[in-house]
Amino acid sequence: MRPPPVYGLVLAGGASSRMRRDKAALVYAGATQLERVYALLRRHVNPVFVSARAAQADEPTRAGKPLILDDPALTGVEREPCAGGPILGLRSALARFPNVAWFVLACDLPFLDDAALAQLLAARDPVRVATAFRSVHDGLPEPLCAIWEPAAAPLLAAHQAAGNNCPRKFLIRADALLIDPANRRALDNVNTPEEYAQAQQLLGANGDAHTMQLKIHYYAMMREQAGRSEETLETVATTPAAVYAQLQARYGFTLGRDQLKVAVNSEFSDWTRTLRPDDALVFIPPVAGG
Amino acid sequence: MRFRLRAAAIDTVASRRELFDGGAGGYASFEGWVRDHNEGRAVKGLEYEAYAELAIKEGDLIVAEALQRFPIKHALCIHRTGELAIGELAVWVGVSSAHRGEAFDACRYIIDELKHRVPIWKKEHYRNGDSGWVNCERCAAAGAHAHEHADDHVL
Repeated sequence: MRPPPVYGLVLAGGASSRMRRDKAALVYAGATQLERVYALLRRHVNPVFVSARAAQADEPTRAGKPLILDDPALTGVEREPCAGGPILGLRSALARFPNVAWFVLACDLPFLDDAALAQLLAARDPVRVATAFRSVHDGLPEPLCAIWEPAAAPLLAAHQAAGNNCPRKFLIRADALLIDPANRRALDNVNTPEEYAQAQQLLGANGDAHTMQLKIHYYAMMREQAGRSEETLETVATTPAAVYAQLQARYGFTLGRDQLKVAVNSEFSDWTRTLRPDDALVFIPPVAGG
Repeated sequence: MRFRLRAAAIDTVASRRELFDGGAGGYASFEGWVRDHNEGRAVKGLEYEAYAELAIKEGDLIVAEALQRFPIKHALCIHRTGELAIGELAVWVGVSSAHRGEAFDACRYIIDELKHRVPIWKKEHYRNGDSGWVNCERCAAAGAHAHEHADDHVL
């Protein structure tokens, strides 16, 4: 039997209470997060719907997209807005297209990229209830970047009927396939204004989310000008030259790159080498031993 | 390791003893001392800072090169780190060999290469209270020229 087709579902029905602003409407590199997630999903699955509450249907961020509105009847009782949480959004989609699996994406994951989606789709096991990433932070499943199979529908209904609205708790107990994300940053979420500001900076002008952590050690004049002897740098730069440009802008290093050498992992390197996560860099000003 | 960093005074007698060899007819050494002036400025002391991991790797490579290029028996180089006063020993190079010529040549090769390649930096403290990183401040001001222009401070 062929596995059910996969449709996309952007979850945009949340209250964004910690952010105090609509997370779907946050802008990164000139596009709203809803637009970015929608476009990202569209590159992998078709069609893609936006999950929202009835009250949000006319908001400019969501209007114009194919919507699947939360169906309050599924909860059995009338509740306050958003009391059904993301599970209600997912259940509403499963009710509308009962023979379809749903690639669900939340709107607070700005670092998600094509590689992460492709990884999850390739790993999908349609015999399980869901295929999801395992968090690099706590090892728990990430229900809001996951592929949910049609078989999940009655189980989710029972979960909510028992008074549970937490999709993570559901996945912990469910027969879900969990995989580790190849990019450790892909699932970092953004819940507060501070995290938003940091994510905007990391995503930069082109919105690319391929950041990595590098270790930078400073010596002599560089140490004095940076005001530190080492740091861990989160950066989109991929070469020592780009890293130096970024740090020179930050610290105002007086030496130009042509006056320095660079070492990567304690070996002299050229400036155009492609860096890997956790590489250790040292910028070497003119030496004066002897 | 045939290149070492030392945070305390270099023991030249013990280091020289490491070079003894029945086939060696001679030994040459070079000592770099802290001088009280540089480029017309009165120096009261200085400090050396090293990127130890790479300095040891590169320094060891230089000594290995000397052992390959010249028919010598043994070679050793030791460099100070930390604060040094005028007259203190900053760097010591020792080479033993069958004949004197190659001992002198290898000794010179090691100190010359060290000054240009090993990631060790020197900060001079001047009598007037100023201080500066040798080869870096001038370089930053000029906006050109790099490693090739390491000046001969102790030589």
